[in-house]
Amino acid sequence: MADITHPDGQDSEGNGTTRRDFLYLTTAAVGAVGTAAFAWPFIDSMNPAADTLALSSIDVDLSPIAVGQSITVSWRGKPVFVRHRTAGEVQAAEEAPEGDMIDPEPDDARVINPEWLIVVGVCTHLGCIPLGQKPTDQRGEYGGWFCPCHGSHYDTSGRIRKGPAPLNLPVPEYEFLSDTQIRIG
Amino acid sequence: MGHGLANSSFKNPVIRWMDQRLPLFTLMHKEYAAYPTPRNFNYFWNFGALAMVVLMVMIVTGIFLSMHYTAHVDYAFDSVERIMRDVNYGWLMRYLHMNGASMFFIVVYIHIFRGLYYGSYKQPRELLWILGVIILFLMMATAFMGYVLPWGQMSFWGATVITNLFSAVPVFGDQIVMWLWGGFSVDNPTLNRFFSLHYLLPFVIIGVVFLHVAALHITGSNNPLGIDPKGPQDTLPFHPYYTIKDTFGLGVFLIFFSLFVFFAPNYLGHPDNYIPADPLVTPAHIVPEWYFLPFYAILRAVPDKLLGVVLMFGSIAVLFILPWLDTSKVRSARFRPIYKIFFWVFVFVCLMLGYCGAKPAEGIYVVLSRLGTVYYFAHFLILLPLLGKLERPLPLPTSISEPVLPRGGGAITAGATAKPMDKA
Repeated sequence: MADITHPDGQDSEGNGTTRRDFLYLTTAAVGAVGTAAFAWPFIDSMNPAADTLALSSIDVDLSPIAVGQSITVSWRGKPVFVRHRTAGEVQAAEEAPEGDMIDPEPDDARVINPEWLIVVGVCTHLGCIPLGQKPTDQRGEYGGWFCPCHGSHYDTSGRIRKGPAPLNLPVPEYEFLSDTQIRIG
Repeated sequence: MGHGLANSSFKNPVIRWMDQRLPLFTLMHKEYAAYPTPRNFNYFWNFGALAMVVLMVMIVTGIFLSMHYTAHVDYAFDSVERIMRDVNYGWLMRYLHMNGASMFFIVVYIHIFRGLYYGSYKQPRELLWILGVIILFLMMATAFMGYVLPWGQMSFWGATVITNLFSAVPVFGDQIVMWLWGGFSVDNPTLNRFFSLHYLLPFVIIGVVFLHVAALHITGSNNPLGIDPKGPQDTLPFHPYYTIKDTFGLGVFLIFFSLFVFFAPNYLGHPDNYIPADPLVTPAHIVPEWYFLPFYAILRAVPDKLLGVVLMFGSIAVLFILPWLDTSKVRSARFRPIYKIFFWVFVFVCLMLGYCGAKPAEGIYVVLSRLGTVYYFAHFLILLPLLGKLERPLPLPTSISEPVLPRGGGAITAGATAKPMDKA
């Protein structure tokens, strides 16, 4: 269009751009901003709603969990493993050599109180839930958890030690409200 | 040019490659850029484009709302409240959708009265008009079912009253109503099917709108003078002249729309619909949404149940045969001095019927509803056929451009005495 009004692509002052180019660009810019502003509420409406976010933290009472026992709680639609570790399990976790770990991490970076291990129970390979919560479950070669889908072995600190999973079981954000009460999230 | 490729006048190699194989660019250029359009449109010709935009807004907001809505009698009301309170921008999407329904009817009613005033339904645009009436009917069904979804008191009792209309059908009435309900009253099966159909019908509307526009582009648009363009001097390319005019009109309309959405979002609704549906208690005063009020007044004006229902549906059905009821060959009311008066009387009667529909069915409102109903049908069935025979229209201008271009717009040399355009 610009070359129709100004065949040489020059305006009256001899510049390489024309008034029409300016109008096209500003119109397009205003249109783009308007479209984005209109689209944002719709995109944002698909994010978690306020009531969903309000349910994003849970309190867990630890008092009924005996040493050596594990429970599974549901947090944000995912299982969270809460394990009351035995002294032997704590020792195994603390003394494990980091050198032969897939995702090296010291045990004390993964716990607040060494007796209690709290991890998200979703295998970091492809999202299955590892076995090891029930006393009868297979716990893998390192005594933690074993994912039956593709054979990942986790140790008593929830760290990946063998198998295809790339990362340790993640530790969720949590705090001790008292000696026997934690809040996850 | 290889075998089997379409001609393309586009220079850009990528566009040209696509256009030769699927000439969408050529089609769009022909129908929305070069498309010759009468040069004398006024702003009433914005309303078709506005209706298209509102339809799109309704579909987009509706799709996103349905992501959060639960079509179950136990959860529907709460899910709508959750949209209002918890879903990000849920309030905005719902208020856009809720007020968008009203905006849609405002725009479409003006579009229809524009057609009535300027005779846009007349030969050769009869089918175009009929497709428009089908769209109106689909819109009404969609709006009604949408109003049921929040499952408030007005939703429930509106659904009960409207579905019970079909019980007026002789012999099979009760079976039909049970079939509509999927039970013995308006209940969960009814809500589920209404949700399903409320989602479906807008896409049916898009289909009919496509036919409506396709038919329009065959005959070309009518114009305020109601005479056919006689050559290029009477038309303008659609782009940029009417794309700009429609865009400006859209801007003004969106301001109007926004005033409701942001400052009076519940002005056009009923407070009773914020009370959860209760099948055991009917609200004291139940009325439909404003856009159904004239039809509701017609329904209540008739003391006989079946006849009331027949007249209510008949008030829309009569529009289908309007092109053959109006016997005048002159399209625009600008040149029909008597029709012009009756047109405005008709507008007044429609507004009066709407007013009566909002009032309780007693006393003076019943009398006015009956008078209005009689006049409504008389306008179509008596006045229009007679006016075409009795009325003496004003002389028509010889062409659209003649009053504004020097030398009568060039090409046309017909010697008719040029009357200055009537200022309507």
